[in-house]
Amino acid sequence: MTNSWTDIKNADVVLIMGGNAAEAHPCGFKWVTEAKHHRNAKLVVVDPRFTRSASVSDFYCPIRAGTDTAYLMGVINYLLSSGKIHKDYVAAYTNAAYIVKEGYAFNAEDGLFSGYDAEKRSYDRGSWDYEMGADGFPVRDLTLENPRSVYQLLKAHAARYTPEMVERICGSPKDKFLKVCEYIATTANGEKAMTIMYALGWTQHSYGSQTIRTAAMVQLLLGNIGIPGGGVNALRGHANVQGLTDLGILSNSTPGYLVLPTEKEVSFDAYMGNRNFAPQQPGQISFWQNYKKFFVSFLKTMYGENAKAENAFGYDYLPKYDGVYDTMRQFDLMHQGKVNGYVCQGFNPLLSVPNKAKMRAALAKLKFLVSIDPLETETARFWENHGEFNPADPSKIQTEVFMLPATCFAEDEGTFTNSSRTLNWRWKAADPPGEARTDIDIMADLFLRLREAYQKSGGKGAETVLALDWSYKDAKHPTADELLRELNGRALGDVLDPADPTKVLVKAGDQLTSFVQMRDDGSTNGSCWIYTGCYTPKGNMTARRDNADPSGLGVHAGWGFTWPANRKVLYNRASADPSGKPWSEAKKYMVWDGAKWSGPDVPDFPPTSAPDKNAGPFIMNPEGVSRLWVRKTMADGPFPEHYEPFESPVANVLHPKTNSNPAARVFKGDLEVFGKPADFPYVATTYRLTEHFHYWTKSVKLNAIVQPEFFVEISPDLAKEKGITNGQWVKVSSNRGSVKGKAVVTKRMPTLTVDGKTIHTVGMPIHFGFVGEAKKAIGINALTPAVGDANTQTPEYKAFLVDIEPLSGPAVS
Amino acid sequence: MSTLQPAFDLVKRSATTAELPAAKPTTEVAKLIDVSKCIGCKACQVACMEWNDLRQDIQEVVGVYDNPHDLSPATWTLMRFAEWENPERGQLEWLIRKDGCMHCQDPGCLKACPSPGAIVQYSNGIVDFISEHCIGCGYCVKGCPFNIPRISQADSKAYKCTLCSDRVAVGQGPACALACPTKAISFGSKEAMKKLAAERITDLKGRGYSKAGLYDPPGVQGTHVMYVLHHADKAPLYAGLAQDPTISPLVEAWKGATKYAGMALIGATAVFGIVHHLLTGANRVTEEDEENAEKLTGGKA
Amino acid sequence: MSSVHAGGEPVRVRRYSGSARINHWIVAISFVALLLSGLSLYHPSLYPLAGLFGGGATVRWLHPWLGVILSVAFLGLFLRFFVANLPETTDAVWLARIKYVLAGREEYLPEIGKYNAGQKFVFWSQAVLVTTLLITGLGLWEGTLSSIEQALGFKATIDQRRMAAVLHASAAVLSIAVWIIHVYAAIWVRGTISAMTSGTVTAGWGWRHHRKWLRKEVASGNKVHPAE
Repeated sequence: MTNSWTDIKNADVVLIMGGNAAEAHPCGFKWVTEAKHHRNAKLVVVDPRFTRSASVSDFYCPIRAGTDTAYLMGVINYLLSSGKIHKDYVAAYTNAAYIVKEGYAFNAEDGLFSGYDAEKRSYDRGSWDYEMGADGFPVRDLTLENPRSVYQLLKAHAARYTPEMVERICGSPKDKFLKVCEYIATTANGEKAMTIMYALGWTQHSYGSQTIRTAAMVQLLLGNIGIPGGGVNALRGHANVQGLTDLGILSNSTPGYLVLPTEKEVSFDAYMGNRNFAPQQPGQISFWQNYKKFFVSFLKTMYGENAKAENAFGYDYLPKYDGVYDTMRQFDLMHQGKVNGYVCQGFNPLLSVPNKAKMRAALAKLKFLVSIDPLETETARFWENHGEFNPADPSKIQTEVFMLPATCFAEDEGTFTNSSRTLNWRWKAADPPGEARTDIDIMADLFLRLREAYQKSGGKGAETVLALDWSYKDAKHPTADELLRELNGRALGDVLDPADPTKVLVKAGDQLTSFVQMRDDGSTNGSCWIYTGCYTPKGNMTARRDNADPSGLGVHAGWGFTWPANRKVLYNRASADPSGKPWSEAKKYMVWDGAKWSGPDVPDFPPTSAPDKNAGPFIMNPEGVSRLWVRKTMADGPFPEHYEPFESPVANVLHPKTNSNPAARVFKGDLEVFGKPADFPYVATTYRLTEHFHYWTKSVKLNAIVQPEFFVEISPDLAKEKGITNGQWVKVSSNRGSVKGKAVVTKRMPTLTVDGKTIHTVGMPIHFGFVGEAKKAIGINALTPAVGDANTQTPEYKAFLVDIEPLSGPAVS
Repeated sequence: MSTLQPAFDLVKRSATTAELPAAKPTTEVAKLIDVSKCIGCKACQVACMEWNDLRQDIQEVVGVYDNPHDLSPATWTLMRFAEWENPERGQLEWLIRKDGCMHCQDPGCLKACPSPGAIVQYSNGIVDFISEHCIGCGYCVKGCPFNIPRISQADSKAYKCTLCSDRVAVGQGPACALACPTKAISFGSKEAMKKLAAERITDLKGRGYSKAGLYDPPGVQGTHVMYVLHHADKAPLYAGLAQDPTISPLVEAWKGATKYAGMALIGATAVFGIVHHLLTGANRVTEEDEENAEKLTGGKA
Repeated sequence: MSSVHAGGEPVRVRRYSGSARINHWIVAISFVALLLSGLSLYHPSLYPLAGLFGGGATVRWLHPWLGVILSVAFLGLFLRFFVANLPETTDAVWLARIKYVLAGREEYLPEIGKYNAGQKFVFWSQAVLVTTLLITGLGLWEGTLSSIEQALGFKATIDQRRMAAVLHASAAVLSIAVWIIHVYAAIWVRGTISAMTSGTVTAGWGWRHHRKWLRKEVASGNKVHPAE
């Protein structure tokens, strides 16, 4: 989230799209009802289904699953063509004025940006950059008139997305689409704010990152970033998935959104050489210039005494990656027989990774599988025969499965980082049952045994393991408290004030209070710079529970710790105009009081940097402004473009030649199993239910009581067409498999007209499997395609093609 | 629920003709369910099951989100989902109502109950079932205008929402209200709840729900569970909520007129017999009768 | 019964067989138990009657089963006696002269068969009321109703169940009133009770109250017994 859960109460318009906050985030949704109740906020929901969120909305607009980018580009076109943008904000705080260099182009007929290599399915992004001036800075045209300015390019790019085109692509009736635009446009003035709440409905597409970016662009045009009640707010799907990404539990990340070196970056110098964060306008802050300090502090935590200036702080110990190993890649390799052991920790891939049949075959090729989990998972029992629900043949599977029972969240202590970026310490509430051990203990034990094995017999990469610092009080039982201190970092030597080297900022041995105290000379450690401040000499800041909100703006500074620096609204310098005055009294937040930036929040800016220094509020970008056009940072284009899902019922109206995302990765074998609309005429989408949490709570009786069984939601029109009655068993098939479930025939599934064609949507909840209290089910990943987002490799779970047929047997109601 | 020592003074007690001790004046409480804020998440259902330690059998899906399918001895509250296409707004509406005991000021269940003290009303308005006095006859089911009480097959006792009278007794709100993530359920004095409702109704009217209103039906002298409805004029849209519920005239007849007329008739018949006997004396066989009979039968033949 | 005949014990005539008497007393006992248990739920002031059965909860399950017993037993009585209870022309005369009946002046009444119109009234009204009580009782039988409904493929609405409650209570009241008449008549008309205890009445009783019946019995000759 750019903002926070509690900040949503400051919104005047709430747009829920690509998510269903009432369903999947009911507790956070409270702040929407607060905004409605106390601010007369309007809730607008755009979704393929009339959702629980829609049930309490002021306006609902249907949309075909997977066409959100086109819809939002339509919104951008509406805003730009009607002039309903926050002009001063756009001019001052975005790169609208920047001139794009010659060579960059978008071919509207082909649907391709310049530099495409069809062979590699990827772009050469060389042309995706600014025109550089003689002064070494990008050229700007502050009048925004230059046809090569980002503003004019965007206007031209978006012009194709007329309301009529939106209706043709999305199936959203034009009048409803325009009504939504009107709601959105009411916030284009600095006096009102719109928040956008999204979740996996945007991410789980082959172009999900671009959809989210389009939303960010809408908000920038409206001036809704950095202000209370605004922002683009990702609603995280697990209690601690924010913590997961913060700590970089991805194959190419290190904590704090730093990047793991590639195998081409053989030296630390080479690695840092690729990270040029020089300001691209005079006076810009370009905060990533501190990158090296954060990275060295991270290395110092990793390797302790073994990280010295002489060995580049242990840079060589770090693994270097040759390619991204996301889950789909891992299982593709496993399927090829190239993986022989796999450890699942709190992970149930047999239900959560696309193409279940492939998953089962892949797991059967392992020599061993370890499941570290509080629950028995389907994955741990992939070899068991459960009839149609899991047609495995145990006699043919040699995989040895180890189940290591772990504690569940209430049986150990530690932190959760929520969507608001707030770390909340939680205390242990109960002793774990049986032999269950904490994940920390299991990992520590595993590590110590592995290290012992390496010590005894050496092996490839032994030095990486042996160099690791493991100086916990009890090596077998590191505590969550110790780990949190470690994430925060401390001074290893005295940290001196660069302005006055006689002044000691932090004494050796003390915990750091801010990442600005980190140094690149090895005098500090701290493994996740953005978390610095969570555990200071004053103690564990995440365990604070003061819910005071002195400003009334939902800034609960005394509750837990919010990264970065306990800041609630990111880019909050943008809540004031360039001169430091609020855009409006209604949206007053952080202002320049003549000496410093003051307001209810922690400024996202150097606290005493005066407005006349002309530093932009987007301090993480070297330009100091936000980007409507993102240069080389995305794999599939500097502007968003509408691409169809890989399985789509219609051709791409804009450019049939390039139907789906040209830069999305598709594995061999997966390409062949994409279905065609002739065989699978219906759009399928998947989602969560409020009664369940992923694949966990089906093991809990209470949850199973309130939502006991898998079902399939269809419209009355489709039911009539296929002769399906409410409550009847139906079979849903994709080109990869089939599932069966009870039909829920409901008007909440709209029938859409897309480019003259009637489109039906089939909706299915994800939660059900063959283990637990709830009724057994096959699991919807028997249907889903194995293609991911071009930038994040998040699987395309939200839009694919299926067929549906009634099964004989009586309806139950 | 079952309690030997009620936490509050009683103002009504089932099947009790004796006068109750005077109750101390107490603030009347109410639970306000704002249907326009409810997202149907069922947290209230789960909280209810947890607090009251209820575990309904796991059922199946029958084509709707309502699970369990109905109230039961182990399901004291239930989200009921209804779909309605509002012709005025041109929009579909998914009306979700939390069903459960309404805690009527004039409780039909209590009126119907034949077992002394099995159903009571506390001075704060809560209507409670006292299990140890419940005989499982099911009269409360017939008395209720909202179809709420359910009789357990396991122990033949009637069950329903207690408005968490045990929690309220120690100054806590009902479990469902505590669990509700969107503050769709509020709890407090009836007066405060009416005030809150008025605020919400103004908001809803401002959003175009011109018939928004409070559901506090006068037919049962008001309830201690009230709804804010977007369409107060169309209560049946909300999964069959009665527009103007009253205790059925049949129940009133059964528990009123019939009772007294019946007692009178039985008494009158008995009195008639006694009076008749006093006036006419026994109807005895006379000697003459025996002689005539003897003649007919041929003496001692 | 005291003798009215100087010459010794009066001649006795058999009125009810042993099986009929057993049948009657099953009905009678279950009726009284039903009456007591039913009244305990009928009005709060009568609730202490439930104590006779061990409390309200016992009443709740016992009462319906007693009702089943009564219904079956009553059916037995019905089959035995319904022919004798069919209306006759003398019934109208009897009813027209009801004031003589009440005054005990039976000399003004026609000769009566086995049952007079009053007895027939008791018989038929109880037949109707027991049937009503049975059907409405099933409708009130908490727990068992659902299995009955399932068997019948019918689901009673809540209003039907409420109606059942009203009808059950009303029928019970009427049935009790008729029962009081029945019991009172047996007491008032001395010499009657032995018909249901020993199974016989004196011939004089027959002569006085059911002369036509007595004549028939004598004519058939097989039901007249000498006095001791």
